[in-house]
Amino acid sequence: MKVEILGVGCAKCNQLYDLTQKVVKNNNIPAEVVKVEDMAVIAKYGVFLTPGLVIDGQVKAAGKVPKEAELLAWLTR
Amino acid sequence: MEPQLDVHTISAETEAPEPQADALPVILRSPTLFVAGTALFLVGWYLLYTHLEAGAALITAGLFGPINGRPFPSAVEFFIYEAPKVMMLLTLVVFGVGMVRSFFSPERTRRLLAGRNEYLGHVPAALLGIVTPFCSCSAVPLFIGFVTAGVPLGVTFAFLISAPMVNEIALALLFGLFGWKVAAWYLGTGLFIAVLSGIVISRLHMERHVEDWVYGITAGACDQACTPDSSMTWQERVLYGWSAVKDIVLKVWPYVLLGIAVGAGIHGYVPENLLAGLMGKDAWWSVPLAVLLGVPMYSNAAGIIPIVEALLSKGAALGTSLAFMMAVIGLSLPEVIILRKVLKPPLIAVFIGVVAVGIIFVGFFFNALL
Repeated sequence: MKVEILGVGCAKCNQLYDLTQKVVKNNNIPAEVVKVEDMAVIAKYGVFLTPGLVIDGQVKAAGKVPKEAELLAWLTR
Repeated sequence: MEPQLDVHTISAETEAPEPQADALPVILRSPTLFVAGTALFLVGWYLLYTHLEAGAALITAGLFGPINGRPFPSAVEFFIYEAPKVMMLLTLVVFGVGMVRSFFSPERTRRLLAGRNEYLGHVPAALLGIVTPFCSCSAVPLFIGFVTAGVPLGVTFAFLISAPMVNEIALALLFGLFGWKVAAWYLGTGLFIAVLSGIVISRLHMERHVEDWVYGITAGACDQACTPDSSMTWQERVLYGWSAVKDIVLKVWPYVLLGIAVGAGIHGYVPENLLAGLMGKDAWWSVPLAVLLGVPMYSNAAGIIPIVEALLSKGAALGTSLAFMMAVIGLSLPEVIILRKVLKPPLIAVFIGVVAVGIIFVGFFFNALL
């Protein structure tokens, strides 16, 4: 599973990245979490409000840090 | 607890997923209760707000005795009056604007603007700039999304200029500190600058000064996750407004207090009319100078307005002070650096130039008018 965190240097982007790392680690989810800072890629996903959360190429959230429970549900689906 | 979440109900704008009736705060369970609670809150808010000045005077008198123009006590009085006043206004307005924003998103705005006639698009773009949730750190993806979806370049700029410049926080504070007339003029002239700049950029046909790779991108549609659910319940909108208060007020309060502290210092220690010669109406050159100083500076509106108020009270002209404020919040070095990724230097120069000239014009206009 590939998890992409879209966004350049906003406070919430780092928050989302840390939270995702934590959820993945605590639940032993086999996922690779990467930061995406390339504007072209972010725009291609159609995300205007960062941070964006993309799981296996599908945009799950934009413009907010989801709650931990939501995140876990997406990651274990 | 087993999380039960349906992806389709999660939108960019809702903080909470579909609320379960029993998960809602008591106040949101029935409309009657909510309206009654809100009415009670507003009455209490109003009573407190209208007694702040007397309260501050009472506390200061208790601490220092009669002020008689002594600098420290008058600075203290300024601070304990302005700080709660500004925070109260801020909370109310951010909540209200937050609720309005739950109806908008950049995606929806893009759909509203895409394919618009270039000449009819500027005004709606500038208006949407006020109500669309937007942060300058998202300026580039937003720019690409707009332009590739067929929003004309000038219309995109009208939006990008109005979004930071016509700021709800500034509007609230101007209303609270200077009355509705100043707030209305700020709103009107800010929109005017955004529309004018959009038209100028349209007329100059600057499309080739957008970085070439931008037009090659096909921006994906991100409908489910990004568009606010049009079926958001009123409870969700209230919660959204509340989350805006938590987000914004918790973020800006140190700047507000710092701004008020600086304002208090100026209020107490800078002699009356010191600034009249420097920033008064007769010093015409002070308007362009204020804009020149303000453009590279960046502060949020919440921090700058208390300083503006203090400047005004020492004889600075309103137009000059407002021009300074608009330059600080409307144009900023960090935003320009971010936008450089998608704009070539000539377009950057035109963008800054047109907006700066617009602000200078507004400064002169205010000074002549008031």
